[in-house]
Amino acid sequence: MSGMLGMVNYWAVIVLMMVGFYTLIARGNLVKKLIGLNIFQTAVIMMYVSFGKITGATAPILIQSGDHGGGGAEHVVYSNPIPHVLMLTAIVVGVATLSVGLSLVVRINEAYGTVDEDEINRKDNGL
Amino acid sequence: MVILFTVLLPVLGAFAVLALRSNPNAREVATLVAGGVTFWHVLGLLRMVREGARPALSLLEVVPGVELAFQVEPLGMVFALVASFLWPVTSLYAIGYMRGHHEENQTRFFFFFAIAIAGALGVAFSGNLFTLFVFYEFLTFCTFPLVTHHQTEEAKKSGRIYLGILLTTSVGLQLVAIIWTWVLAGTLDFRDGGILAGTASTAVLAAILVLYVYGVGKAALMPFHRWLPAAMVAPTPVSALLHAVAVVKAGVFTVLKIAVYVFGIDLLQTLPTTDWLAWAAAATIILGSLVAFRKDNLKARLAYSTISQLSYIVLGAMLANELGIIGGGMHIAMHAFGKITLFFAAGAIMVAAHEKEISRMHGLGRTMPITFGAFFVGSLGIIGLPPAGGSWSKWFLGMGTLEAGQVGLLAVLMLSSLLGLYYLLEVPVKAFFFPPPPDSHHADGIKEAPLPSLVAIGVTATATVVLFFWPDLWHELMTMVVAGGGQ
Amino acid sequence: MSENLPALLIVVPLILAPVAALVGRRDLSWAVAAAACWWAFGAALALLRRVQAEGVIRYELGGWAPPIGIEYRVDLASAFVALIVATIGAVTVVYARTSIAQEITEDRAPLFYAAYILCLTGLMGIAITGDVFNVFVFLEISSLSAYALIALGHDRRALTAAYQYLIMGSVGATFIVIGIGLMYVMTGTLNMVDLAERLPAVADNRTIPVAFAFLTVGVTLKLALFPLHLWLPNAYTYAPSAVTAFMASTATKVSVYLLLRFFFTVFGFDFAWVGMELHRVLMPLSVVAILAMSLVAIYQTNVKRLLAFSSVAQIGYMMLGISFGSVLGVTAGILHLFNHALMKGALFMAMGCVMYRVGSVSTDRMAGLGKAMPWTMAAFVLAGLSLIGVPLTVGFVSKWYLVQAALEQGQWAVAGVVMVGSLMALVYIWKVVEVAYFGEPDPDHELREAPLGLLVPTWILVIASFWFGIDATTTAEVATAAAETLLRGLP
Repeated sequence: MSGMLGMVNYWAVIVLMMVGFYTLIARGNLVKKLIGLNIFQTAVIMMYVSFGKITGATAPILIQSGDHGGGGAEHVVYSNPIPHVLMLTAIVVGVATLSVGLSLVVRINEAYGTVDEDEINRKDNGL
Repeated sequence: MVILFTVLLPVLGAFAVLALRSNPNAREVATLVAGGVTFWHVLGLLRMVREGARPALSLLEVVPGVELAFQVEPLGMVFALVASFLWPVTSLYAIGYMRGHHEENQTRFFFFFAIAIAGALGVAFSGNLFTLFVFYEFLTFCTFPLVTHHQTEEAKKSGRIYLGILLTTSVGLQLVAIIWTWVLAGTLDFRDGGILAGTASTAVLAAILVLYVYGVGKAALMPFHRWLPAAMVAPTPVSALLHAVAVVKAGVFTVLKIAVYVFGIDLLQTLPTTDWLAWAAAATIILGSLVAFRKDNLKARLAYSTISQLSYIVLGAMLANELGIIGGGMHIAMHAFGKITLFFAAGAIMVAAHEKEISRMHGLGRTMPITFGAFFVGSLGIIGLPPAGGSWSKWFLGMGTLEAGQVGLLAVLMLSSLLGLYYLLEVPVKAFFFPPPPDSHHADGIKEAPLPSLVAIGVTATATVVLFFWPDLWHELMTMVVAGGGQ
Repeated sequence: MSENLPALLIVVPLILAPVAALVGRRDLSWAVAAAACWWAFGAALALLRRVQAEGVIRYELGGWAPPIGIEYRVDLASAFVALIVATIGAVTVVYARTSIAQEITEDRAPLFYAAYILCLTGLMGIAITGDVFNVFVFLEISSLSAYALIALGHDRRALTAAYQYLIMGSVGATFIVIGIGLMYVMTGTLNMVDLAERLPAVADNRTIPVAFAFLTVGVTLKLALFPLHLWLPNAYTYAPSAVTAFMASTATKVSVYLLLRFFFTVFGFDFAWVGMELHRVLMPLSVVAILAMSLVAIYQTNVKRLLAFSSVAQIGYMMLGISFGSVLGVTAGILHLFNHALMKGALFMAMGCVMYRVGSVSTDRMAGLGKAMPWTMAAFVLAGLSLIGVPLTVGFVSKWYLVQAALEQGQWAVAGVVMVGSLMALVYIWKVVEVAYFGEPDPDHELREAPLGLLVPTWILVIASFWFGIDATTTAEVATAAAETLLRGLP
């Protein structure tokens, strides 16, 4: 049971991922699709952040021994910084994807007068 | 180097034709000169071959281990001689025909014609299976514009059948067989006694043989024969040289070459499918003759006759004995001269009298005696009656069937000759002795074909007869092939 | 300088991309793009030479040692793929000058060239990096710029095509990130070489097969293996001509390379083929791709769309070769990667010429083009012959190896499929040829031959597709050596 609870953030990742993926597939509105995609990507970011977290560990900022007067700083456990750093990149990529996607939707709206997928298909096939 | 030059000469000729397109007379001279010079070079190579030399040239390595290479050997010489001799003759004929028939795009015609001859010579002189395949496919593609010369709906449909069948068989069957051979034998060279013996089980080799024989679609073994009648939409000189000589002979030549140099006669005899393929060829011989029998369109009849005659050569290869191979090789030459005469005559009739159906040619013999006389001589060559060269090749083929102990196949050969007797001789006989149909215009000023065409017809008809008295050269070359002096 | 060649290959174009966007004038930005592409071409060629001479090049970016820093690792396969991308990029940029001048307005042209360079950079980056997360970054660089490039197409359907590609591409990329994350959590490294060393120890853990599955699906989405190809036909059909030519010859090819890299270098043959029995999935899918997509191509009337479906089929050939898991098979796959880039590039460029003059590539508008645009259509026919696999063309060389690989493993039926695929290629190519040469031209439209600026690059690729078909020893040797390195796993 504790295993299940201990992995609560992974459960959240899975739920978010599925919510995002479902939205992406099931929605006809192009903006909502993008929102789904974004939730999907965010779930992955959460997954990475969870990877890096070590129970009881502190933020990966170097604590120099003796600075704070007290002893015991030599045995500080840091969280793994690498996944977090990677996610900085992934967030940037996610933002870029979202902005490209949204600008495409704007252009689609200008060209078709709608952002609904079925509507767009109808207009294309009616040409 | 002589080999490469010989193969490239027609290409040079083709570009000369292209360069001289604004002046038809100079253009035609270029074709004829290129033809003459090419033939002259082939004769030079012939002398070397008869003296026992086997000139070879390795051009470049295409993929590791596989080269683009040429080699002149007696069997290839047979094919090269026929093709290069008949090219200038056909060009002469074509000049009369194309002008007399007011065909369009004559430059393109002569250009691709010359290119096609280069392809045929490439097939003849190829030094390994890969090179053979390269030129085989080359020949397919460069004859396509000739087949579809008129660019009509009918030409388009025929072009589809032509490419469709030839490529389906060559890519789908022949290429698989070649790659299989490469995997098994590790080489694609032609060698005396073959390269496949002992590389795999009999069953596998038997399967490869079937792939090869049916994969060479140009040999027109039924059921892959439909492309040949389809190709008859082309102008008659194309039908004459390419679809009675160069293209189809490239097919049967490939079969012979594979039989002798890839499998080897000894191996062929042990394969179970050899017999089976011989009977498939026999079936094609009979069926082709029967269909020819029923065709009223003269060119269609000749096409089916060709299908039937090509299978003689396949049969010769599948008899798997020396006499069969000799007969098959000689038939390449003998049939070429006979059939080209027939096509020339058919074209001459088309130009002069605008008739395509045999039933409408009654009585024409009196106005076009030379043409129909030549047709008669050509027919003798195909049927195999003296005094025409065809009798020799059929003689050897017949002997071959007896040596193989296949009396049934001998009967097939006889029956087919009898059928040929009827469906070919019907044409000149009716032309000379039957009264013209009442609605015909034969009386109104039909003369013989244009002079260049007439000269060409005379040359090939004479050659057909001459070959009866002097068949020695062909026999000598083919004897070299079976005696193991090929490579 | 030559020491830092791997980094410069990426960095120089990366810096030139914003420059191209900022110079503001079409001709200037073209010049910048051309400089970037030709630099990349020269650098990639030099890199391949060096790898051939000295073996694998390992380059630590910024001097940080691999487990922490990013490493570029250039072996024969990566140098070869980088060279393919750079070559096509260099030829296409010449083509783009004329074609883009007509298709894209003056003010947008600098942005186009900036995106073009970025796309090229991303693709080359994927080829030479030795770090799996870096792969993802480059993948997104190339993909994001590709979405923008496709959206620049004339037709409004280009927008929806780009959007569709964006959704599917991002899902694919995210799958790849998940796979990478799972691998990282099990091994604690992102470096390909380290991964390869540490993965076998944890291969029994269920996380690794899951990572493998995510990566496989993600990459096959990117390389458009049937049935994950749905984004491709529309994207290729409606993108600007130059973009289609460039993307068709490079984007999917690099993804194929990525797959090779993951399967062979990172996971290793034993895990992917023996353990996961990957060929049981790849081979049927490739066979279906070849047959079904060729069949669909036959029924297309828009020639760019026809060629796009043909591309999906051709990707099937590459994957088929790889799925054999043998040296011959992987050689065939890598060779076809190169060969297909040449011929498909030429075919799409020829269609770009038609688009330039006719304004459409629909078969009913192409009647009689053989007379009006003889050089364009001749290029199409010759490149088409290569696609069919006529001897002395590059297409034949691919088929030669592919069929050998099939026969070697006794897969007669698969060899048959390859041949049937070529014949179907004959049907769809000849369909266009018949229209162009047998159709009656529309007398109302006076058509001229395409300008030299388009014809020359097209013919360069056509001639290359014959050159490397007549003398395939060089490419075959490089591909064989690359395949051997890949299959051997790590040095």
